[in-house]
Amino acid sequence: MTASYGVAMSIKRKRIDELLVQEKRLDGRGLLDYRMIKAEHGLIGKANGSALVSIGNTKVMVGVKIETGTPFPDTPNEGVLAVNAELVPLASPSFEPGPPNEDSIELARVVDRGIRESKALDTAKLCILPGKKAFIVFVDIYVLDHDGNLFDTSALAAILALSTAKMKQFEVSNGEVVFKEDWVSLPVRKHPIEVTMAKIGDRLVVDPSLEEESAVDAEVILAIDDEGNVCATQKTKIGTLTVKDIVDSVKIAQTKADELRAKVLGGLSQ
Amino acid sequence: MPLVNDLGLRLDGRKYDELRPIKIEVGTLEKADGSAYIEWGKNRILVAVYGPREVHPRHLALPDKSLFRCRYHMAPFSTEERKNPAPSRREVELSKVIREAVEPAIFTELFPRTGIDVFIEVLQSDGGTRCAGITATSLALADAGVPLRDLVVACAAGKASGQIVMDLSDIEDQKGEADVPVAISPRTGEVTLLQMDGILSGEEYERALNLAIQGCKMVHELQKEALRTKYSVAQAEEEELEKAEEEEATQK
Repeated sequence: MTASYGVAMSIKRKRIDELLVQEKRLDGRGLLDYRMIKAEHGLIGKANGSALVSIGNTKVMVGVKIETGTPFPDTPNEGVLAVNAELVPLASPSFEPGPPNEDSIELARVVDRGIRESKALDTAKLCILPGKKAFIVFVDIYVLDHDGNLFDTSALAAILALSTAKMKQFEVSNGEVVFKEDWVSLPVRKHPIEVTMAKIGDRLVVDPSLEEESAVDAEVILAIDDEGNVCATQKTKIGTLTVKDIVDSVKIAQTKADELRAKVLGGLSQ
Repeated sequence: MPLVNDLGLRLDGRKYDELRPIKIEVGTLEKADGSAYIEWGKNRILVAVYGPREVHPRHLALPDKSLFRCRYHMAPFSTEERKNPAPSRREVELSKVIREAVEPAIFTELFPRTGIDVFIEVLQSDGGTRCAGITATSLALADAGVPLRDLVVACAAGKASGQIVMDLSDIEDQKGEADVPVAISPRTGEVTLLQMDGILSGEEYERALNLAIQGCKMVHELQKEALRTKYSVAQAEEEELEKAEEEEATQK
């Protein structure tokens, strides 16, 4: 997902390596520092929930729309969570219009896994008529500016949009859904946070920028729930990790997830 | 119903650190440059390798190394309900992570401007198809004569009814608490694939990771055995042929 090749790349890689030995990074951060994080929600009035999160120059918007549909045959008593990601062409010279490619599918599926496996959304409360009708919660990830670390930014925006989403109170009478006037929150009971650990040489750093991602050997994305449990993992890129890298990454991710959760979701009244 | 009983035995009678039965065959297909077939539990997976060969479309070719591509695909009849043969999002993601798991072991830099294509067809699925697919892919690459640093091998571990167990079966994967598929490069022990879904504490995560690696090492022995079987037979046949020719020559 980068446009720099060859000589420029290897010069940059060398600079990144030299700095890492001194525990420094290209933009002056420490190895375990995130870039500046900004989070807003409720910007899109037509969506049930929305959030705009930026980490450094990376910007991701998430919109939540709630519709009615049929539950899956294997979970007739539950509503449905559907996560989709668009790498919008305006976000990067390397993004092209067209059907989702493997990068956007992976992004959507890893964010989905964090929310689904932590059981963040109480889907049992989203069933209307068992086997017949249920709410489908669409989470659409829209990458607006790509400067690295799309997973953490998207996961933060997704959980912020879900946590602040509102749907109309409803009643079921004679198999029909009757909506009332008052709004209620979605049944969100956990707040999974994804932390990407990048391995460059023999160092682990958090929140890789796009420049750094072009030099990264391997990345591991860890979703951490409110109790510090790991609820999803994905290793990406052609590189390897040692067992120690992974065990260290889990510990770092647990600490970082708490910080991010407090920063982005801490102000919301639960 | 618990997935592990009071005696610590699982539904199929295995202990926590036991694999399902595995059978591997190398060089199953005629036309492919390399191939392998694996039976792992009820999984039935066929892998073919084509290449290094010309890349199509040509603009994808890389100037400094071979373009390595992987397609993981499930046959429509491989699952309980018929699976739509069009590639699902899951298959696209698995193709990507399998490619990233195997590529570190290939000397792609030896074949610039070429392509190496791997096709993984799941004929019957039984939980752990990506691990079985990766294990067979390494063998198919070796069978094709692609120079490899190592034979990447994969195995999962996970949590079922509170216990950390090796090599989840289909039902343990579905009803269990967590699944951690892992691939390693056995010579160095480095991890080339790591995924996880479910809920594990930090301590459980470490245990599951180590148990999966232990499983990888067990499967690696079977991998080597399968290669030896194919190539020691081939070698014996060749030697016999040479002997017969020599005899023929001396008779004349």
